[in-house]
Amino acid sequence: MFSVEIGGILTTLIFLYETFVPAGGSVFFVGMVSAWLWLTVLFSNFAESLAEGRGKARAASLRRSRATMTANKIESQSLSAPVTTVASPDLRCGDLVLVRTGDLIPSDGEVIAGAALVNEAAITGESAPVVREAGGDRSAVTGGTTVIANEIIVRITAEPGKTFLDCMIQMIEGATRRKTPNEIALEILLFALTGIFLLVVATIWPVSAYSAAVSGSGSPVHVAVLVALFVCLAPTTIAALLPAIGIAGMDRLFQRNIIAMSGRAIEAAGDVNILLLDKTGTITLGNRQAVAFIPVDGMADEDLVTAAYCASYDDETPEGKSIISLACASGCPTTCPPEHAVFIPFSAQTRMSGMDIGGTTYRKGATDAITNEVTSAGREVPPDLVSKVTRIAQTGGTPLVVSKDHSVIGVIHLKDILKSGVRERFFDLRRMGIRTVMITGDNPLTAAAIAAEAGVDDFLAETKPDDKLRLIKEYQDEGYMVAMTGDGTNDAPALAQADVAVAMNNGTQPAREAANIIDLDSDPTKLIDVVEIGKQILMTRGALTTFSIANDVAKYFAIIPAAFLVIYPQLAVLNIMGLATPESAIISAVIFNALIIPLLIPLALRGVQFRPMPAARLFTYNLVIFGLGGIVAPFLGIKGIDILISAVMPL
Amino acid sequence: MPAANPVFDVTLFILFLIIVTGAAVLAGRYLAAVFSGSLTWAPFSRIEHALFRLVGTSPEQEESWQGYARDLLIFNALGFLILFLILLLQGILPLNPQQVPGFSLIDALNIAVSFVTNTNWQVYSGEASANYFTQVLGLTVQNFLSAATGICVAIAVMRGHTRKMTDRIGNFWVDMTRAVLYVLLPLACIAALILLSQGVIQNFDPSLKTTGYGGTGSQTIAMGPVASQEAIKELGTNGGGFFNANSAHPYENPTSFSNLFEIFLILLIPAALPFTFGIISGQKRQGWALYAVMMMLFVASLGTMYASELSGNPSRALQDVPGVSMEGKEVRFGLSGTALFSTSTTATACGAVNAMHDSLTPLGGLVPMFLILLGEVVFGGVGSGFATMIAFVIVAVFIAGLMIGRTPEYLAKKVEIFEMKMALIAILIPGILVLVFVGIGVVIEGGLLGIFNPGPHGLSEIVYAFASMANNNGSAFAGLNAALPFYTLSGAVVMVIGRYVPAIAMLALAGTMARKKTIPPGPGTLPTASPSFVLWLIAVILIIGALTFFPLFAMGPIAEHFALAGGL
Repeated sequence: MFSVEIGGILTTLIFLYETFVPAGGSVFFVGMVSAWLWLTVLFSNFAESLAEGRGKARAASLRRSRATMTANKIESQSLSAPVTTVASPDLRCGDLVLVRTGDLIPSDGEVIAGAALVNEAAITGESAPVVREAGGDRSAVTGGTTVIANEIIVRITAEPGKTFLDCMIQMIEGATRRKTPNEIALEILLFALTGIFLLVVATIWPVSAYSAAVSGSGSPVHVAVLVALFVCLAPTTIAALLPAIGIAGMDRLFQRNIIAMSGRAIEAAGDVNILLLDKTGTITLGNRQAVAFIPVDGMADEDLVTAAYCASYDDETPEGKSIISLACASGCPTTCPPEHAVFIPFSAQTRMSGMDIGGTTYRKGATDAITNEVTSAGREVPPDLVSKVTRIAQTGGTPLVVSKDHSVIGVIHLKDILKSGVRERFFDLRRMGIRTVMITGDNPLTAAAIAAEAGVDDFLAETKPDDKLRLIKEYQDEGYMVAMTGDGTNDAPALAQADVAVAMNNGTQPAREAANIIDLDSDPTKLIDVVEIGKQILMTRGALTTFSIANDVAKYFAIIPAAFLVIYPQLAVLNIMGLATPESAIISAVIFNALIIPLLIPLALRGVQFRPMPAARLFTYNLVIFGLGGIVAPFLGIKGIDILISAVMPL
Repeated sequence: MPAANPVFDVTLFILFLIIVTGAAVLAGRYLAAVFSGSLTWAPFSRIEHALFRLVGTSPEQEESWQGYARDLLIFNALGFLILFLILLLQGILPLNPQQVPGFSLIDALNIAVSFVTNTNWQVYSGEASANYFTQVLGLTVQNFLSAATGICVAIAVMRGHTRKMTDRIGNFWVDMTRAVLYVLLPLACIAALILLSQGVIQNFDPSLKTTGYGGTGSQTIAMGPVASQEAIKELGTNGGGFFNANSAHPYENPTSFSNLFEIFLILLIPAALPFTFGIISGQKRQGWALYAVMMMLFVASLGTMYASELSGNPSRALQDVPGVSMEGKEVRFGLSGTALFSTSTTATACGAVNAMHDSLTPLGGLVPMFLILLGEVVFGGVGSGFATMIAFVIVAVFIAGLMIGRTPEYLAKKVEIFEMKMALIAILIPGILVLVFVGIGVVIEGGLLGIFNPGPHGLSEIVYAFASMANNNGSAFAGLNAALPFYTLSGAVVMVIGRYVPAIAMLALAGTMARKKTIPPGPGTLPTASPSFVLWLIAVILIIGALTFFPLFAMGPIAEHFALAGGL
C-alpha cells in the first residue's frame, strides 16, 4: 500500500504541475489516475479498520473494567488479616488478595482459601455464575470477574500487563498481533512481485523512449501511465486485504468465545493432522444414561425395575436420574415409598449407592463392588451375571449391578451417549485429512465400542495423565501436528507440548497458562471450530493472492496497448477488450483495481467458505473459482467500467 | 528446398519426443544410481578414490550447504583462472597451427566467465581466434566441468528435498567427480563417435586452402578437433560452437540425422533429471509431474515456432511469395529440424544454434526469447534448469498450500520464510538482470551503438542478448555487436550473477529443507503430482516468467510482427 501512496503523491504532483504548466497532455486524465490511486489507499485502510472495528467496542468495555479495579492486599493467608487497598496494576506475582462478595477479582490468580460463586460474564459473556474453590481443578480465577457470594483469598499468578484481561484486550485490538510465519512468507512473495513489477515499469520508460526515437512517432510513456500500470500490476488487492484477513479471523474466533493467545496458534490449527479428544464431554455427553434393565436368570423384569428405581431414588447424579426416567418409562414403580427411607450415598470405600427402606436394602454399583457385597453376606453370585456384564461392556456400555437384600437381581445397562453430530464431524475431519484419537480412562473393550460408534480413527484406553504427553510426543516425532483440549492441572504438560492446545476457561490456571487457545464456553468440541477457522484464514489468503495475481493478465491487456499505441499503432490489435480510448482503458484498469478491494472486503472478513473435502478436490475447486475467476473477472470488469466511462466522460 | 510437410514434421516431432522421453527415463535411473553411490565400476572407482585422496575427502564426508557452496565456488574460480590464463596466453601455447594471438583482457574475461558459467556466449569467432589448445584443454574442459557443476546443484537440491533432519547435502567433490566420470565422459565419448560417423571432423590439421567456390579466389576451410567438443557442447547444454556458425556449420552438424542426434543430446540430461528426482524421492509421480510441466511448455513453444515459420513472413508485401520462411535456416535441416533445434536449445540452457534466430519470423523469434526468459525451466540447463524449476514449485506450492488451508508443504516438508526467499531469489535474479541491463542498454551510447537493426527488432536483439547471458543460455539473436566493451563487460557481470546467485540460493534452500522433519502425507496434503497442480505450476511459471516481460515483448517482437502484418 505504501507503494500506492507513493504513486498517488507522484501523480498528484504531476497533476498540479501540468495544471499550471500545460504540457500538452490531458490534465484531466492525470487527475483521474491520481484520484483513483488515493481511493485505492482509502479502500485499503477501510478494509483494515472495518476488521478492527468489530473488536474495538468489546475491548473498550474490558478496558473500562480494568481501569477501575482496586485490590485488598493482605500479608498472610487469613481471612482476618489486615487489608491494604492497592490499585490492581500494582499487584505482583505471589501477592495475596482478599476478595469479598461483590468485589471484582483484581487480577489472574489461584484461589488458595475459601470457595466463592463467581460471575465471569465480563470475560465469557455467560451470565450463569460458576464455583471457584481452593484446591482441585476449579481454583483458577480471572481478573475482571466478580465474586457474587462468599469470600476467597487469591494468590496472584500474573504480572501486571500480562493478565488474561490484558491479553484479551491486546488480541482483540490487534495491538500485539505478531505476524505468523505464513503471513511473513506471503508478504515476502508479494514484496518480491511488487519489486519486479516496479522494475518492469521502470524499464518501460527507457525502452519506450528508445522505441519512440526509432519508430519516429510518439514519446516515452507518460509517468502517470507508468504509475497506473505499476499499481495495477503490483498485488495491491491482496496486500490491501491481508491485514483484514488476519484480524477478521481472530474476530471470528472471538465471536465464538474463543481467545487465541497468538495468531500462530490459529494457523497451526489449520495444519493439525491429529486431534486428541477426551471422550467425556467432547465425544460423548458428559454422562452415561441407562438404556436397559437386564435381570439375571430367575429374576423378573419388574423386580429389577423396582430395585433399580429404589436404589437410585435419591441419587442426584445424571446417571441416577437417567435410571429413574428409564424405570418410569412405563409408569413409575409404586412399591418404593419414599417415607422412612434412608439414602445411602456413593462413597469411595463401598463404591455403591442405594437406599434402605424398612428392612430391605437396595444397592447399585460396579460389578466388583456388588459382588463383594453379595459374597461377604454369604450369598451366591448368579452364574450368568458375568456373561451379561461382559456383553454390556463389549458394546461400549457400563454395567451397573443392582442388588436387593444382598442378592443380585440384574444389571443396568448404562451407555455413553454420543453428542449429536460428532460422527458427521469426524467424517468431515477425516476427509480433510485430520485423524481423531479418543482418549479415555475406560477399559479397552468399552473404548473400542465407543470409538467405533463415534467413528474416531484411533483410541487410547485406560489412560494415565502422562499418557497424553507421551502420545503427543510420539505423534510429533513422526511429524504430525497435534491439537488437544484440556482443563485439569495434569493436562498442563500435554497442553504445553501440543501444537495447538485449547484450555477450557473453567480449567485450572496451569492448564490455562500452558494452552495457546482458551475457550471461554469451556466446550471441548470448539477445537474443531478452531481448526476450521485456522484453515479458513490460510485459504482466504491463498485465494485472494491467486485472484490478485491472475488479475494481472487482463490489466496488461488493458494498459500495454494503450500505453504504446502512439509509438506502435499496430499494437491496437492487443486491445482485445476493445476499450474505447487509451485513456479510458488505463483509467478503467485503475478503477477496477481500486473497486475490487471494497468488493472483496466481505470475503476477506467472512473468509473463504470452508468445505470439508480432500485437499486435491479443494485445490481444484478453489483454483477454478479464484484462479480462473481471477483471470476472467477483470476482463469483464474493465470492459464494463470502460463502457460507462466512455459514455459519460470526455476522455 | 525440402518443403515443409506438416503431417510428416508433426509425426517426426511426436516420435522424437517419445524417444527422448524413453531415453530420459533410462538416463534418470542411471543418474539416480550414480549419485546415490549404488553404482560403481572398478576402474572408475579406482580413479575416483585417487582423486578423492588428492582433494583429501571421501564419499562419507558429506557437507552442509555452506560447505557445498564454498567448494563449488572455489572449484569454479580455479576453473575460471586456468581458462582465463589459457585464453590470454594462447599465442605462445602449443597446438596453434594458425598462429592465432592471445585474446585481449576484456575478451578473455568474458569468454572465461562465459564458459565457466555454462553460458558459452561467444564474443569471438571459434575458427578464427581460438587455437586447438584453447578449444580442447580450455573450452572443452570447461564444457564438462560447468555442466557437471550444474548437475551437482541439481543433485544437492534433490537430496535436500528428500532427506530429513540432517544438515548434510552431499560432497561436492564426490558429486563433481561422478558427474564427469560416470555420466558426461562416457556419454560424450559415445556421442562423439556417432557424430564422427556422420562426418563431423576430428583432427589437429591446419586450415585447408582451396580454390573458392565458383572460382572466386582462394578459400580457407577451418579444421580442428570438432567431434570431441561437439558432443559435450550439446550433452552439457553448453552451446559454444567450435566454429562461429555453431551447429549450422557442416563440420559440426553435417546431416539431418546428426541434427536430430544433437537435439537429442541437448535434451537428454535436462529431461532425465526430473526422473532422477522421482527415483531419489521415492515418488516417481513427482518426477513425471515436473516432466509433464516441462513437456507441455515445450510442445506449446515448438508448435508456436513451427506454425509461425510455416506461415512465413507476415509482411503483406511478401504475400505473393509462397511458402516457408527459410531465411537463416540450413536447407539440410529444413523447417522441422530448425524449429526443433531452436526450441530445444533455448528451452534448455544450451545455446547452440543451427539457424540464425535473428532471421526467424518475429513471433518465431519470440519463442526462443520467451523460453529463455521463463528462466530456462523447460528442461533447462543441465542441473540449473531443474533447480530453478524446483524454485517455481516452491512458489506454486506456497500459494496452492494456502488455498487449501494448510501451511504449504512440498514432498512432506514445510515451505517457510527462508525457503520462500531463496526460491524467489533463484527465480527473479535473472529477470532482474535482464530488465536492468536492457534499461541501461537502450539508454547509454555504448549499448545503442551495438544495434544493427534499429526499431523493434533492435530491441529484441538487446533483450535477447541479456536474457541469454543472465540465464546462461549463450545463444545470440545476432544483429548485435556484442564485442563492444559495454556488452562484453556487463555480459560478464550478468553471467556470473545469473549463474551463481540462483545456484547458491538453491543450495541454501536444499540445506534448510534437509534439516526439516517430514510430515506424513494424508488426504489433507496437497497432491503435487496431480493434473491440477501441473496446470497450476504452468500458470505460475507463465505469470511470473512471462508477464514480467510482456511490455518488452510488446515493444519488440509483437510490435514487429504486427508492423509487418499491417504493412507499416
